[in-house]
Amino acid sequence: MQRIGVFVCHCGTNIAATVDVKAVAEALKNETGVVFSTDYQYMCSESGQNIIKDAIRDYKLSGVVVCSCSPRMHEATFRKAVASVGLNPYMLEVANLREQCSWIHKDIATATDKAIVLGKAAIAKVHLNAPLTAGESPVIKRALVIGGGIAGIQSALDIADAGFEVDIVEKEPTIGGKMTQLDKTFPTLDCAACILTPKMVECSQNDKIKIYSYSEVADVKGFVGNFTVSIKKKARYVDETKCTGCGLCTEKCPMKKVPNAFNMGMNNRSAIYIPFAQAVPKVATIDADYCNMLKNGKCGVCAKVCTAGAINYKQQDEIIEEKYGAIIVATGYNPIKLDKYDEFAYSQSKDVVTSLEFERLTNAAGPTNGTLLRPSDGKHPHTIVFVQCVGSRCDDSRGKPYCSKICCMYTAKHAMLTREKYPDTEVYVFYIDVRTPGKNFDEFYRRAVEEYGVHYIKGMVGKVTPKADGTLDVQASDLLSNEQLHIDADLVVLAAAIEPDKSARPLATMLTASMDTNDFFTEAHPKLRPVESPTAGIFLSGACQGPKDIPETVSQAGAAASKAIGLLCKNSLTCNPCVAHSDELMCNGCSSCEKVCPYGAITYINKEFKMPDRTTAIRRVASVNPAVCQGCGACTVACPSGAMDLNGFSNSQIMAEVDAICK
Amino acid sequence: MQEAIINRAKQLLADGTVNRVIGWKKGEFAYDITPAVFETAAEIDADFVYDEFTAANVSKYLIKESKKDGRILAFLKPCDTYSFNQLIKEHRIVRENVYIVGIPCDGKLDAEKIRQNGITGIRTVSNNNGILKIDTIYGEETMNFDEAVSERCSVCKSKKHVVYDELIGDDGEIADSGRFDMVEKLENMTAQERYDFWREQLSKCIRCNACRNVCPACTCEKCVFDNDNSGVANKAAADSFEENMFHIIRAFHVAGRCTDCGECSRVCPQNIPLHLLNRKFIKDINSLYGEYQAGADTDSRAPLTDYKESDCEPSVVHERGTE
Amino acid sequence: MQVNKNKEFEPVIVAFCCNWCSYAGADLSGTNRLNYPTNVKIIRVPCSCRVNPMFILRAFQRGADGVIICGCHPGDCHYTSGNYYARRRMTLLFSMLDFLGIERDRTRVEWVSAAEGAKFAATMNEFTESVKKLGPNRRLEDLRCRKQ
Repeated sequence: MQRIGVFVCHCGTNIAATVDVKAVAEALKNETGVVFSTDYQYMCSESGQNIIKDAIRDYKLSGVVVCSCSPRMHEATFRKAVASVGLNPYMLEVANLREQCSWIHKDIATATDKAIVLGKAAIAKVHLNAPLTAGESPVIKRALVIGGGIAGIQSALDIADAGFEVDIVEKEPTIGGKMTQLDKTFPTLDCAACILTPKMVECSQNDKIKIYSYSEVADVKGFVGNFTVSIKKKARYVDETKCTGCGLCTEKCPMKKVPNAFNMGMNNRSAIYIPFAQAVPKVATIDADYCNMLKNGKCGVCAKVCTAGAINYKQQDEIIEEKYGAIIVATGYNPIKLDKYDEFAYSQSKDVVTSLEFERLTNAAGPTNGTLLRPSDGKHPHTIVFVQCVGSRCDDSRGKPYCSKICCMYTAKHAMLTREKYPDTEVYVFYIDVRTPGKNFDEFYRRAVEEYGVHYIKGMVGKVTPKADGTLDVQASDLLSNEQLHIDADLVVLAAAIEPDKSARPLATMLTASMDTNDFFTEAHPKLRPVESPTAGIFLSGACQGPKDIPETVSQAGAAASKAIGLLCKNSLTCNPCVAHSDELMCNGCSSCEKVCPYGAITYINKEFKMPDRTTAIRRVASVNPAVCQGCGACTVACPSGAMDLNGFSNSQIMAEVDAICK
Repeated sequence: MQEAIINRAKQLLADGTVNRVIGWKKGEFAYDITPAVFETAAEIDADFVYDEFTAANVSKYLIKESKKDGRILAFLKPCDTYSFNQLIKEHRIVRENVYIVGIPCDGKLDAEKIRQNGITGIRTVSNNNGILKIDTIYGEETMNFDEAVSERCSVCKSKKHVVYDELIGDDGEIADSGRFDMVEKLENMTAQERYDFWREQLSKCIRCNACRNVCPACTCEKCVFDNDNSGVANKAAADSFEENMFHIIRAFHVAGRCTDCGECSRVCPQNIPLHLLNRKFIKDINSLYGEYQAGADTDSRAPLTDYKESDCEPSVVHERGTE
Repeated sequence: MQVNKNKEFEPVIVAFCCNWCSYAGADLSGTNRLNYPTNVKIIRVPCSCRVNPMFILRAFQRGADGVIICGCHPGDCHYTSGNYYARRRMTLLFSMLDFLGIERDRTRVEWVSAAEGAKFAATMNEFTESVKKLGPNRRLEDLRCRKQ
């Protein structure tokens, strides 16, 4: 039986004016277990707290009920007070007599009655409170960044700058991501390579940063502060420590008919390759799908020419296990595949390209060395049609329901740059809406229209038909003048919707991080915790969380890094003791609780039980990781047997409150 | 069919594929059949039975049986395979310790229905193309199979086996059976009529716990109603509330997990149509969250451990037509 | 037992409020001095998904005349998805209670954010009024728990 003290606060006249506090203290005195009951002007004041502390000592109280303002206001204050005299802080309950009683009622008699009921409910709960101790778990001071695009690079640099070790895992042979393929960036038109490559170099030269290129995350175990990650280093058949990146092998390689992914397949590269001149790490990689030596053992030219002796045809995939305290996800995006959009003739005509392909066609390092030429015949295009929202804001299954956000701006950029370099080229942009929220974005778009004379037409393109003379017939509607248009175009550029990288979904499963229906990672709170995943210790950087342009990506990457640094700074994490726990004797191991846990805090173990008949049985039972559990209680209701319960809000405590209120 | 099943059982025992067989044996009366485990061919020859009354779903027994040494052979009717699959999904059965032979089922008889037809003292029953020949201690009687078939079989949801290692006979199809007709009828009553209906039905409950004990979804190590700490523990009902509470909580705990096998109503000694509570949940789940058949697979998320952002609000209950 | 004909029926109403949104919303209606009846007594839970159907039935058993569950708006759950699970559970439970002939207006779910003090008070006023109209809960109570 608990020895409970009740302390009723007047809160000046805030409570006392509508609640007869003396009557409340008097009535609660008669409750079972109450050995002391008093009232005081301001319980939260120093002298009020002293009354509580003295009573705990004098009356050997094991539980405390404070009838005062909302627990959201002073629960922490009173917990500290009771802890200072040696009582477990979780042996305290607060009855909310101010915000939820005196301030909302006018009649003293009924308000007092209600106050007594609220006090009784708190007493009933305290009877079932148990001392709780917050656990601690250590933090490994090393971060993992998954994805080496601009988001991952920025996050890694910021974490390294704060003095912590950080590893980048990038599935491509080089870091840099999509930004390496871009020519110029809106709205300032600086060259993407000029601002990105120094950051890539910085990553490779920072001794706190380790880059695992051509690698993937294979498995994630553990929890916040203590993740164990298996990284699969794919065989690149080149010893990274020996390769100097001289590029001789790529010149001598006889297999030169490999579609060059860096240039969107618009030209070819060799089977052994360095994706582009500024690649980091600048190390060659053999494409096993095309290399004759790996396929049928006939060649070996690269090994012969390599003076460093870096070529190793026998290299195998390697699994590296590493421990991390925090993980930043920066898996980025890809344009969607357009093979379902027959109406735009993307598959039929080489002169219908995506915006990213167009980007390569205008880039000095691209297949045309920066001269804008038609892919089909290498002639200069005189009429270009840009089509917006291909697959974005789309209500059928071919596309995506969301706005891809970046297309309006990069199309304005493409249109503007085309008109600047080739004033003889007519540029048409078909749009649903032009969306330009962002610093200097609308000004940029208006310049495209007003200064550069780009023809913006509100309406969608219905059909693109390749004609016999090599041009493209673009059939479209102009919604403002309500006309059907036919444009003879030399080049059609489709602003394909962007989607999360395909690797994100399996990664989310490994991380037990949640995703929305579009496979974007969900944030812990859409407004207040936008760079954290609901799973503790996982942070979100860049387009893996939603479509973003570069400035937004970089700022989010920095924010994710600062959140990760905040975690890594700590030596250990204090856990919230109000977490779920499972009664192993009652647990069925059915996995219902695990399915509803938003944090992946529940795992299953096979445990041996001694049975009444002296045999042993092995049963699968749930086990809650208190460092990961946030105490929502979803599992407690999903559990049919009632094995799962929540500290501080247990089934019996809540039912005791229900009983006290209803009786 | 019984012969084919017995032969296969003996073969699998003999070749060492399994060391035990779970099936059915006769009780006191022909219609009084219980699940039983057989270990030898002799035992099988003596007692194994598969006929019009072998209605019991043996899946639940496999929780314990699959944890014993060796492998057990289980003969599962189509509806039993759903229960089995659901238990696999909940990690309750060790799959590799069970060898499943799917057997066809044309519906099982309800002895109560035969008795209601004035036929008592049943000795044996044989089915001849839909006409039952019933041998009773008072002589031979006939009755239409359709009139004697149990309610749950008359609205059979599926004759397809969702899990098996081998099949005897051909696999059937999933049926569209009108099993929600009675639920719908109740929904169309007024609240007072519904209350009166359930008051009458549930007040018959004697809290024998047969529904719970037979239910392949009610497999908790310790039931909340037996757990003093749960706050709902009770034995015999002392107040009408308790039957309400027991049956609502039970139905809720199996919601999204109940395969609608109908065992609860079959075993109820008071003939309370308990399956209607489960079907109400199934019907609501189907109409509100999309068609879902518990046990149809082993990897989908159950409706109550899943959600959509576009789910309806609870006020949908208030907005429904009849009061 | 005496029946006082002049005394209006005063229902007992239990409100389960999630700590992060609705409980804060209830606090706000207090801070703004927005009136609602004393019949409503609030139980604080971490999240609407903590509300077990057993708690609701227990309340009715012990003589509650109405039970309301308040949580964060869908999409705003502090724990990201708790209220989505609560929404399905409560929808199915309420539908079942309705199926058993229990008056629909005795149960309700309302999403109240921490900023919606006025909505909280209005909801409680409205709910109390509708429960009052129904009269005492007789269909789902335990006679042994009836107040003397």
